[in-house]
Amino acid sequence: MTDVAVIGFAQAPNQRHSPATTNGVEMLVPIFGEVFAATGLTKDDVGFWCSGSSDYLAGRAFSFVSAVDAIGAFPPVMESHVEMDGAWALYEAWLKILTGEAEIALAYGFGKSSAGHLRRVLALQLDPYLVAPLWPDSVSIAALQARLGIEAGLWSESEMAEVAARSRVSAITNSHALVAGQTSVGELLDQPYVADPLRAHDCAPVTDGAAVVILAGGERAWELCPRPAWITGFEHRIDSASLGARDLTQAPSAASAGAAAGAGRAQVAELHAPFTHQEIILRRALGLRDDTTISPSGGALCGNPMFAAGLARIGSAATEIITGRADVALGHATSGPALQQNLVCVMETRPGDTP
Amino acid sequence: MSQPQPASAPLAPLHAPLEISFDYTRSLGPTLSEFVTALAGRRILGAKASDGRVHAPPFEYDPVTGAPPAELVEVGPAGIIVSWTWTDRPMDGQPLDHPFGWALIRLDGADTALLHAVDAGSAEHMRTGLRVRPRWAAERSRSGITDIACFEPEPPAEPAEPRPPQPPAGPAKPAEPAGPAEPVTMITTPVRLSYDHTVSPGESSYLLALAQGRLIGQRCPACGKVYLPPRGACPVDGVPTQDEVELPDTGIVTTFCVVNVPFTGQRVPTPYVAASVLIDGADIAIQHLILGCPPAEVRMGMRVRAVWKPREEWAIGAHNIDHFEPTGAPDAPYDSFAHHL
Amino acid sequence: MTGKQRAAVLGTGQTHHRSKRTDVSMAGLCREAVDRALADAGLTANQVDAVVVGKAPDLFEGVMMPELYLADALGAVGKPLLRVHTAGSVGGATGIVAASLIQAGVHRRVLAVAFEKQSESNAMWALSITPPFAMPVLAGAGGYFAPHIRSYIRRSGAPVQIGAMVAAKDRRNGARNPYAHLRQADMTVEKVLASPMLWDPVRYDETCPSSDGACAVVLGDQAAAEASERPVAWIRATSMRTEPTMFSGKDNVNPRAGADAAAALWQAAGITSPVDQIDAAEIYVPFSWFEPMWLENLGFAEPGRGWRMTEAGETEITGSLPVNPSGGVLSSNPIGASGLLRFAESAMQVMGKAGEHQVAGVRTALGHAYGGGSQYFSMWVVADTPD
Repeated sequence: MTDVAVIGFAQAPNQRHSPATTNGVEMLVPIFGEVFAATGLTKDDVGFWCSGSSDYLAGRAFSFVSAVDAIGAFPPVMESHVEMDGAWALYEAWLKILTGEAEIALAYGFGKSSAGHLRRVLALQLDPYLVAPLWPDSVSIAALQARLGIEAGLWSESEMAEVAARSRVSAITNSHALVAGQTSVGELLDQPYVADPLRAHDCAPVTDGAAVVILAGGERAWELCPRPAWITGFEHRIDSASLGARDLTQAPSAASAGAAAGAGRAQVAELHAPFTHQEIILRRALGLRDDTTISPSGGALCGNPMFAAGLARIGSAATEIITGRADVALGHATSGPALQQNLVCVMETRPGDTP
Repeated sequence: MSQPQPASAPLAPLHAPLEISFDYTRSLGPTLSEFVTALAGRRILGAKASDGRVHAPPFEYDPVTGAPPAELVEVGPAGIIVSWTWTDRPMDGQPLDHPFGWALIRLDGADTALLHAVDAGSAEHMRTGLRVRPRWAAERSRSGITDIACFEPEPPAEPAEPRPPQPPAGPAKPAEPAGPAEPVTMITTPVRLSYDHTVSPGESSYLLALAQGRLIGQRCPACGKVYLPPRGACPVDGVPTQDEVELPDTGIVTTFCVVNVPFTGQRVPTPYVAASVLIDGADIAIQHLILGCPPAEVRMGMRVRAVWKPREEWAIGAHNIDHFEPTGAPDAPYDSFAHHL
Repeated sequence: MTGKQRAAVLGTGQTHHRSKRTDVSMAGLCREAVDRALADAGLTANQVDAVVVGKAPDLFEGVMMPELYLADALGAVGKPLLRVHTAGSVGGATGIVAASLIQAGVHRRVLAVAFEKQSESNAMWALSITPPFAMPVLAGAGGYFAPHIRSYIRRSGAPVQIGAMVAAKDRRNGARNPYAHLRQADMTVEKVLASPMLWDPVRYDETCPSSDGACAVVLGDQAAAEASERPVAWIRATSMRTEPTMFSGKDNVNPRAGADAAAALWQAAGITSPVDQIDAAEIYVPFSWFEPMWLENLGFAEPGRGWRMTEAGETEITGSLPVNPSGGVLSSNPIGASGLLRFAESAMQVMGKAGEHQVAGVRTALGHAYGGGSQYFSMWVVADTPD
């Protein structure tokens, strides 16, 4: 199989209210410029483009069609779009390098989550006949999942707060993060519930943002990046949509994707866990080692731009390798209610790559 | 659609509410139809899977075999809470308008849980294991899952001792025929969402100028083309446009169609002309109405000018130009605009 | 393993397309197509490694990312599932992404499913939501494309009845297709010309219907194709190109994205003279005049001369280049599925499974889709041998 590596990553600042439009252009233009400047590439070098975004996030049909203005898509480009997080756009881009149709591929994701009432909009992801007509919001769905684990003795509110506190400390060094800072588990547990047993710190903030990742195949990766993040496992799976029929304390789709991708080797794992207890589920499902560093960026709990956050996790994990801080890193993305769909991208350095 | 309400100071990008609202009509198919019809008769059905598990609500396709359920069986209507949370501020469309609990409820005789609201008064009254029963909607709306208004705690059994864990309800009994009621085959699901819609900085400048009766385009620093209205970035070069160019309100019709068909939201009686109008000095056409002459007289290349609404009706929006009308000047030759088609 | 692996269509399936399929749920609609495709391929859902779902805007059905809810019905639980959305071309893009999963060597058998259940809402409603500050829709559904058709007529000098000839042909072809929404065996040029003028120059009978429907295609790798005891359609080449919705210099009659996609397609498929080497074409023609426009854009005819092929009857089912023997989009338009239907129908022609609308002796066929403001193009060439 053709060797493919992440060689570039950029992300827009994670913001609570971006002044940008919902078509992504204002958030994308600067980060395209940034990633091209860092890699020495131009748009003409990109053989395949793929984006991830959502019409319901924007409140309009065909909200993604103007995003290609940010590319400057003339002469025409080979391009595709998924109505998913940009991480799955990266997956499609990876395929195009494997088939030999492109040598360099660029994936981007964008989302202005603040345009609508996010937790209510996401109710439309639920079964349209039996569940969505009740408008259960995404935070309440996550709360049902969190309680199941607490009452099964799988995690505690205190352990959930520890996840939040660690994430916020990690985010102090991430200039793009929306939430960061020193805090204590005690302080966090003193806060009221927003959806019992979830407190504000258990939930990712509503975030606007965008991310871009560039892939290159074979020799081109080495030419462009002294220490490429070689993709050695790229897998995704989906679980049942029936919230009441599956064990919500587990994420079998993450477990099988992780096992197939070789997640257990990761020294660093950037997890897309929009709720604290979901990080705990994911750590176990992915079989991460006790000494694996979790989400050094602060993760989704410190900035969760919908449809870009999963891609940003992969970009952040790749950066750990590109900068020499890790030899094996994992980026994870999730989609759908209660961790329904999960993607794992394992990246490694190679002997001979510049340390 | 709400009227745009500019809510921001000049120079910041303009934004305004965007409301989308539609009553979706969902056809149910055989399995969901049987379930919803039973709900209208105040009975709850589950589907028996090939592995013997009873799913309530029912699946349409067996999780193991992928086949439709062989039979639906009656479950509940009461059951126990297997997980719950609490909502202090109910949102639009949710089952109750006062604080309530969400719960996954395993109905008696079922092996899976159903998601619904529980009217328990306060979070203190919610607990896993609590027995709850459906409160049926006052009106038999035949609306599906909302025919159950919510669940509510079951009154304590006599004697008032903690109820032991519910034994399996015994062999599930086949669902009884729905009775004489007409089967429910469709449900209506209203979807109403509110957004804050923002336009780009360039388009904001354009709109603010339009509110003063001026047309402002922007020139791409790379290709030099003048975009009207300005876009977030030049679509060819991917760079933001910034240099403003004041444009006249005259131009030519490049191409058009004559609209004879009525449709929702139409504002002019048919027939009328919808045209691509290339403003003099711009490098891209805008779409607008051509009035002021019979549709049959509109031609490709015809010179037109903007007809503005009365000044007192001007607002921040594209509507300030009511339509375009012929100037009477000689048509532009085809070759002068052929590359804009 | 290096480079592109071979891939083939093992089976296709589609629903009966109607304006309102109120007898089924969305899952039921998809399963009708999926079950037929699996049966056609002689496979079961368990033998599918991954699922790709395509659909046009989520606002049409009022479900955000409906593939999440459909995972169970599609047999995707525990498997990879991708959701593609490239406007009207999405059905084609769905087929291409599914093919890429095999060509990349990642999977052996992939199910592509595309659907639209327009009767859940009103597509015109979803399309005509005017955001604040913007101009309201001036002209309705056909109003976007009718001016470009006028431009084509002006540029090519085509006679006025060409569009009617296309419409009459496609509706008559649709009558041969048991799944088609509109089946009008007695449609004539005269009847089309007598139908109401909606968006001059576009008449009522020259426009596509609004349909509920789904299409599914099962794709396999070389081993899966060779293991099949049934005819397969080998994917010789795929191609996708995008350009901005609107920009200065855009050619709305002959968009460069379409021309570039076609040129890349023919090159990859080793085709030097498409008009001679393609035996049947399923081209995305939602308004009749797009047949001659796309014949030129695809390189079947020189610019300005596509209408002469139509006029000469070359695109009839008995002609030298039969176009839309299935009846095409003019006979059935479940938007999200329409592109995959074109791809599936091209494969059916190659496999000899097109029944009453089978073109004799098809060995190589084109499937084509486009979307947005003539800005997204996806296409493939399938043939009866791998190369």
